[in-house]
Amino acid sequence: MPETTVRELTFAQAVREALAEEMRLDSRVCILGEDVAEAGTPFKVLSGLVEEFGTARVLDTPISEAGFTGIAVGAAMTGLRPVVDIMFGDFLTLTMDQLVNQAAKVHYMSGGEWRVPMVLRTTLGATRRSAAQHSQSLHAWMCHVPGLKVVIPSTPYDAKGLLKSAIRDENPVIFFEDKMMHHKLKGPVPTGEYSIPLGVADIKRVGSDISLIATSSMVQVALGAADLLAEIGISAEVVDPRTLWPLDEKTLIDSVKKTSRAIVLDEGYGRYGVTAELASLVAEGAFYHLDAPVLRMGAMHIPIPFSPPLEDLTVATPKTLFEAARKLCGKA
Amino acid sequence: MTTAADQSTAALELTSEFWKNAYRQMVRIRLFEGQVNELYTRALMPGLAHLYSGEEAIAVGICEALTNEDYITSTHRGHGHCLAKGAAPDRMFAELLGKEAGYCRGKGGSMHIADPATGNLGANAIVGGSMGIATGAAFAAKQLKNGRVAICFFGEGALGQGLFYEVVNIAQLWKLPVIFVCENNGYNEYTHFSETTAGEICDRAKAFNVLTETVDGQDVHAVYAVSKKLIDRARAGEGPAFLLANTYRYTGHHVGDINREYYRSKQEEQTWKTTRDPIQLHGAWLIDAKMATPEELVAIEEEVRAEMQVAVDFAVAAPYPGPEEVEMHVYA
Repeated sequence: MPETTVRELTFAQAVREALAEEMRLDSRVCILGEDVAEAGTPFKVLSGLVEEFGTARVLDTPISEAGFTGIAVGAAMTGLRPVVDIMFGDFLTLTMDQLVNQAAKVHYMSGGEWRVPMVLRTTLGATRRSAAQHSQSLHAWMCHVPGLKVVIPSTPYDAKGLLKSAIRDENPVIFFEDKMMHHKLKGPVPTGEYSIPLGVADIKRVGSDISLIATSSMVQVALGAADLLAEIGISAEVVDPRTLWPLDEKTLIDSVKKTSRAIVLDEGYGRYGVTAELASLVAEGAFYHLDAPVLRMGAMHIPIPFSPPLEDLTVATPKTLFEAARKLCGKA
Repeated sequence: MTTAADQSTAALELTSEFWKNAYRQMVRIRLFEGQVNELYTRALMPGLAHLYSGEEAIAVGICEALTNEDYITSTHRGHGHCLAKGAAPDRMFAELLGKEAGYCRGKGGSMHIADPATGNLGANAIVGGSMGIATGAAFAAKQLKNGRVAICFFGEGALGQGLFYEVVNIAQLWKLPVIFVCENNGYNEYTHFSETTAGEICDRAKAFNVLTETVDGQDVHAVYAVSKKLIDRARAGEGPAFLLANTYRYTGHHVGDINREYYRSKQEEQTWKTTRDPIQLHGAWLIDAKMATPEELVAIEEEVRAEMQVAVDFAVAAPYPGPEEVEMHVYA
């Protein structure tokens, strides 16, 4: 075994390291997207990859999201393992036929004959002052489509391990990165080889009084709220599903059975979204253990506004979550 | 520019076996579709189907110029492409009837027949939906240097889709071995193409500096000659091409489209069937070139008729998939 040390990496560095490692291991892995090569994406997540792997494997495309996503589907069916970069999650709307009607259905419609081993990386998250067409969190749309897998990491460690599994997966995997985390969030990542299987939740903080089930950007919010709750004697458990499909139902339900209270937190829209699904799941699975209704906190059901004081109202913060949790625990 | 005289000379250089086989392939498609219509009218087939009758020379002329390993993508009107690329009628009928022995285990149906063994990436029920997949297969062929070519079949109605312009642009930029074959049968479903198509069809591809050819889609020799040239060129790394094949759809948009006089006359249909029929034209050519006798052609038709009856009987008698199949193949 090579010696493993642990460094602090940003979220973006962890993503880049996962891609570089998988590209070294497997010559079929290639990257397609807008400004992915010399520019390394506007978020600089891919900086350095074209220098190592060349423009034959890190390909700048025209601004044609449907076109290059469709090309990735066909390439995945015929021997490559493409990783598509969709700069902003908002642009998923432009790829919908290729993802929903093509990538997700090819395996089933062909009776299991064809496979689509591709990854589509994109972003989610507001508060970057980017207004309504560059700030949405549309991952719930993808979860609604059988045939797609949906990965939504919250830490650099998880991002690296999950992205490696996504690239090795035989199915189309949609991988969501919170754009605010790319350079702001750092965390420990070992130098040695590891991957994290899709469909395994992670307890980010152990607690006994309330379960805060949170995804992606909201995991940090939940951890912040848990600190505040600890100060008033409430022990919060923070549970991160890490992948929305496949979904580790048992870990979520077991946590709620233990704590008897739950708030589900996600940066997508609250209406008809991820929080609705997860709240329903734990309400059914832990019904006889619940001491309070399961609460949901998602983005407000509005287009994300540009003006900072307005935008900041649209998503949960440690403070708003703290208040909701305190009330749910009867300590108003 | 290949002249008609060049094509005729080139055609004579191929053996009578080659051209008799092309005749047989066209007859197979015609009689297959006849059986499909029969299955529909006898209420033995669930749903609908879109018949390729009248357009046989295109699929056969092109697929005879391909290797088994080359790729095709097809359309909702796909039976002819699948048969021409080597699909077996019995498994195709089984798929049309939703039986487990079908190419997609009954889960795809008429519009989704796919078969890796013959390079068939799949028929597609989204108009223009497979253009990305075909271009992606060509991208993989180039990356993997396996010498394969991809044919993207679509109808003139698909020219209204934006994906076409995205992938033709990328195919030309990256010099991908893909040939976009536009089968202009005159009608976008129930609407004449002149009502939906501004400008000249070929000018669309020419705008990207893509090599463009127009061919009489009722003449299997002309289709073979021009597609052979374009396929050889693509295989040699010289990039994509666009082939406009003018043809006619003998029957309605689908088997249930019986009364068509509100969008086209019976006289128009009769003129095409009596003066431009690709099977009659090729049969007359075979006799004229002394490559076959009239009796041989009758014998071929009888053999194919018997083959189709056996195939239909197989499909009618074949079992449906069991309920355990319903959740299989959602994920690989």
